Amino acid sequence: MAEQRDAANHATWIDRFSSLPEARRSLILLSPAFALIGAFGIAPLCLILVYSFLVPGTYGGVVWEFSLDAYIQFLFERDIFDGTLAFNASYLQIGARSVILAGLAVVGCLLIGFPTAYFIATRPPGLRNVLIFLVTVPFWTNLLVRTFSMMLILRDQGPLNSVLMDIGITGQPLSLLYTDFAIGLGLLYSFLPFMVLPIYASLERIDFRLVEAAYDLYANRWKVLQRILIPLSLPGIAGGCFLVFIPSLSSFLAPDLLGGGKHLMISNLIAQQFGTARNWPFGAAAAMILLSLVLIALMIYARQTARRERKVV
Amino acid sequence: MTKVFQAGSAESVTALDEVSLAIRDNEFFTLLGPSGCGKTTLLRLIAGFEQVTQGNILLFGDDVAGLPPHKRPINTVFQHYALFPHMTVAENVAFGLRMLRRDKAEIRRTVETMLTLVKMPELADRKSSQLSGGQQQRVALARALANHPRVLLLDEPLSALDLKLRQEMRLELKTLQRETGITFIFVTHDQEEALTMSDRIAVLQAGRIQQVGTPDTIYEQPANSFVANFMGETNLLPAVLGTAERDMISCLLEGGAEVLAQPVGNEAAGSRVTLSLRPERIVLSADPGTGLAGRITDRLYRGTDTSYRVKLEDGPELLVYEQNVADRSSGMSAGNSVGVLIAPGAARILVG
Repeated sequence: MAEQRDAANHATWIDRFSSLPEARRSLILLSPAFALIGAFGIAPLCLILVYSFLVPGTYGGVVWEFSLDAYIQFLFERDIFDGTLAFNASYLQIGARSVILAGLAVVGCLLIGFPTAYFIATRPPGLRNVLIFLVTVPFWTNLLVRTFSMMLILRDQGPLNSVLMDIGITGQPLSLLYTDFAIGLGLLYSFLPFMVLPIYASLERIDFRLVEAAYDLYANRWKVLQRILIPLSLPGIAGGCFLVFIPSLSSFLAPDLLGGGKHLMISNLIAQQFGTARNWPFGAAAAMILLSLVLIALMIYARQTARRERKVV
Repeated sequence: MTKVFQAGSAESVTALDEVSLAIRDNEFFTLLGPSGCGKTTLLRLIAGFEQVTQGNILLFGDDVAGLPPHKRPINTVFQHYALFPHMTVAENVAFGLRMLRRDKAEIRRTVETMLTLVKMPELADRKSSQLSGGQQQRVALARALANHPRVLLLDEPLSALDLKLRQEMRLELKTLQRETGITFIFVTHDQEEALTMSDRIAVLQAGRIQQVGTPDTIYEQPANSFVANFMGETNLLPAVLGTAERDMISCLLEGGAEVLAQPVGNEAAGSRVTLSLRPERIVLSADPGTGLAGRITDRLYRGTDTSYRVKLEDGPELLVYEQNVADRSSGMSAGNSVGVLIAPGAARILVG
């Protein structure tokens, strides 16, 4: 009897749900996702935003008192004795280094990723799938492990240096590890698949008879690349550049491990402030600055995509 | 202009087997054949997209066989047009000239002339993706002709158009060829297209050239049964050669009916041959007493003409087309006995 009643109740609950208007039903179905994003995405973000306008506590944490000091500290140094502000570029340099290293990672990924994607896209379909699968193989291993392996390769006694010495390019080991070069290489290696995959997706859709047509119309290889392949794969190139730029900009592991913690990027600065430096508001401010940089990049991307679509229509 | 091909492609699939062709300057030349006959391979060899395995390609005396496509004074109109989707119509037409580094004023002038030539000057600023099939076809033509190539290759350019447009474009292509004086090499599997447009036709089958000649030669004097059958409808009839009478030779069909044909080689009397007899060359008479005796087994009204199947007495069944010049339905329905008249020379003896 009880089971029957339960079943009946159940049925009426479903009936009531399906009789609701479409908009209400969607809202109910989306609510778990909204709750999750709200609790673990939006709320912490708001918290960080609030923290960035507070005063640091002596042993970490925050004092609930409004202050713009965290943002001012990013650009200026307050004199301990008379409290005057003097311009200090060291944090700005960290921001600039982050942008430059991320930019170099994008350029490197593009230079390696485009030919790779082109090569894959011009293979027979069966082989293409195998090659694309191989491109994604690095994702099977944790980024931390892969970054450690980069350390092993780059260190003074590592395989790269022994090969370079064996073939006589250098007499003594080059100190590659703990340099900006090592960070850049780490970023390049970590995010290369993000460049290859979208470019491949664009190139694969190109009708290669267009390439033949261009050759027929007196275009050489370089002109075909410049006038046909690059313009037609531009959505993929733009997508790949942003997919590499954004995680590179906020990369933590590469500068921490390969830069030895001496060559900071903005993420390391944030970690430091929340950790050893115990200046949560300043860390929060740096996080907000990083977030703004990413948002600016995304807005540029969105705008360009919209413009391109308008041009096509 | 001489072209000599002796090509066999990779993986030991011989796409073209010792093909040798001489195409004249200023000619509308058609490569005709069923799909897979090698006609597109031949075109791609001329354009430079494929390399010959053996032999050479001479263009006005110069060997171009080793040259990449962009170094040959040849342009192509592709089957699916291959217009650049990210460029406007004008940019598409200007592409070749820009690659040849012509000066800007000249390019602008040529683009204008070409778009006028193909009757669509008002669409210069459209994106090529916004055009209809017929319009894309015209842009593809303008784009190829803008470079004033010595040879224009056309790879089944009409096959994607609907019937009405196709018939219109046939005339236009022919006019364009005459006006520009450029040698056109046209690839098609449509024998009607080939017959109406070409100065000369090469019929290809299985990588070999079966026959080269003017449309009427190919149609009236097919070299073999493949050509006879591929070029329109025909009756292929086994026959035994009889004796020569004046300039005709008598051929005995199965069942004993006698047909007079022009001798082609010097086949001996008594040898077995195949006759090609075009359906429109046979005349039917309502009076069974004239000509050969036959009986209508089937009749199909087709507008301009009527198609009959006529069984000769003890002999083969013939396909016959009669023009509907007057009302002749009386006495010409299925089951009726008729007289079948085959004029001397109407049948063609095929060797091989």
